[in-house]
Amino acid sequence: MSLEKELALRRRYRVERLMMALIALGTLLAFLILFLVLAYAFLKGAGALNLDFFLKDMRPPGETGGGLRQAIVGTLIVDGLGLLIALPFGLAAGILLAEYPDHPINPYLRLLSDTLNGMPAILFGLLAFILVVKPMGGFSGLSGAFALGFLMIPILARSTEGVLSLVPREIREAGLALGLPRWRVILSLVLPTARAGLITGVLLAFARAAGEAAPLLFTAFGSPLLELNPLKPIDTLPLRLFAYAISPYDDWHQQAWAAGLVLFALITLTSLLARLASRRF
Amino acid sequence: MKRLYSHFGDRVFAAFLLLLGLGVVVLALLMAYELYRGGSLALNRFGLLGFALGREWDPVIQKTFGAWPYILGTVIVSLSSLFLSFFPALATAIFAAEYAPRWLAQGLNFLLDLMAAVPSVVYGLWGIFILAPWLRDHVQLPLYMWAAEHASWLVPFLGVPTGYGLMTAILILPSMIVPFTAALARDAIALVPREQREAAYALGATRWEVMRLAILPLARGGIVAGAFLALARAIGETMAVTMVIGNSHKLPYTLFGGAATMPSVIANEFTEAVEDLHLSALIAVGFLLFWVSMAVNFTAAWVLRRQERLVKGAV
Repeated sequence: MSLEKELALRRRYRVERLMMALIALGTLLAFLILFLVLAYAFLKGAGALNLDFFLKDMRPPGETGGGLRQAIVGTLIVDGLGLLIALPFGLAAGILLAEYPDHPINPYLRLLSDTLNGMPAILFGLLAFILVVKPMGGFSGLSGAFALGFLMIPILARSTEGVLSLVPREIREAGLALGLPRWRVILSLVLPTARAGLITGVLLAFARAAGEAAPLLFTAFGSPLLELNPLKPIDTLPLRLFAYAISPYDDWHQQAWAAGLVLFALITLTSLLARLASRRF
Repeated sequence: MKRLYSHFGDRVFAAFLLLLGLGVVVLALLMAYELYRGGSLALNRFGLLGFALGREWDPVIQKTFGAWPYILGTVIVSLSSLFLSFFPALATAIFAAEYAPRWLAQGLNFLLDLMAAVPSVVYGLWGIFILAPWLRDHVQLPLYMWAAEHASWLVPFLGVPTGYGLMTAILILPSMIVPFTAALARDAIALVPREQREAAYALGATRWEVMRLAILPLARGGIVAGAFLALARAIGETMAVTMVIGNSHKLPYTLFGGAATMPSVIANEFTEAVEDLHLSALIAVGFLLFWVSMAVNFTAAWVLRRQERLVKGAV
């Protein structure tokens, strides 16, 4: 082999090694901050976690002890109500997209679902403020539920469509061959077959909404006491975490870390449950 | 196909689905309309252009409102963090789709999901208490001292090294948007037909040459769409940015000093706004934010559709 060819080959190998190293380095870099955030959340949050954290409401600054029961319960109430609001619309849109492929509205529905999916969450909060808070004359858990519900509709629509399109065509054909009308095929054959995937989608939407603080700032607003009435302001974990983090009290900073850890655990658990659901059923 | 819908029950069912499914369309239209109506007081007072380009935001004394500082802040923060996140995200996508063994690729996918699932407030919490003080003590102060001694022309661009400002926001955002680019790029790379790779390897290409010449050009659409989705997230990211950016709309912005973005000003001032004009101006900022995100998301969807058609055509 001539010298020139050999040199060119060596250069190509050098570029190859350099690029492979860069790809490995970039991959590590991508996860660096995630690891740091999680490590600190565990280190700092675990210390402030105890039974009181789950069983007692918050205390004013200066008084030690107390917990965030009102925020944990509130998260479940607001997020749960939001899911109830979003489910019919999201599921219907998903079924329409997957089961009626030539419906004239589908291209628009798909495009708008994708677009709303990427909308800043705070805009759903603004919409809920205008539509619910203003007419009702005050902040409320219900308006927060609407904000989270708006947020979940496009997520549910797309996940439902994705799951239903995985159902084998033969199942629908078998039903139609038996003379079932299309609506019976969908309700009695397609949806039950896709049940596991549907549950996964719902849980993931729930997890996504559980971590949102921005749409709740001026809807659910937050409350220092346990509040079960959705017509009154309700506290949620992300809201309380934000308020604590920007407060000047060390005690509250501690609890903010603990809140971060609990929030993270809640979301991870829901996601794991979602994965489990897609395997079990 | 047509006859399947003609059954009476089917027609009722389809109409029912349509009615509920239209909720998505109504939601989008309602958002555009209500944000416009809510912001119309400010938009009419200052004019759409005057509001978007106005540099004064003074709710207390002059009562004039211009969104330019927030638009500028959003553009700087989102583009810089997109730039910082793009290459690590692309590297992750390439590694997960091509080179990683199966178990490692699954682990990486799980981590990407996790990264997207960690709430914004948790990133913000870490930013407030860990990242910002660390940056101030180990990056900003030394740099500031050095500039003061050796390059005093640089000082006005650096600004006050408090730790809470533009730089911290730009550094915390990339890890929140990496998953959106990485996931789409990974799927696009995995969809490139196997024959492409085999042909390039058969010609004696190295792994990187195969990637550069045979795979990346075909996956381009997915990568670009992923970048646009990440940009949309960066534009709309609220809590983490609000917590570390220092929330100052004083122009000109400096690298270390405080700044503000469109979502961060809404999050910050909305509950404190008492006057109608102030409230309306904040909703008008939301109206602008709506159209910016709409444009970016539309572009992403359009690029992705084109890519899908391209890949289908190639197979």
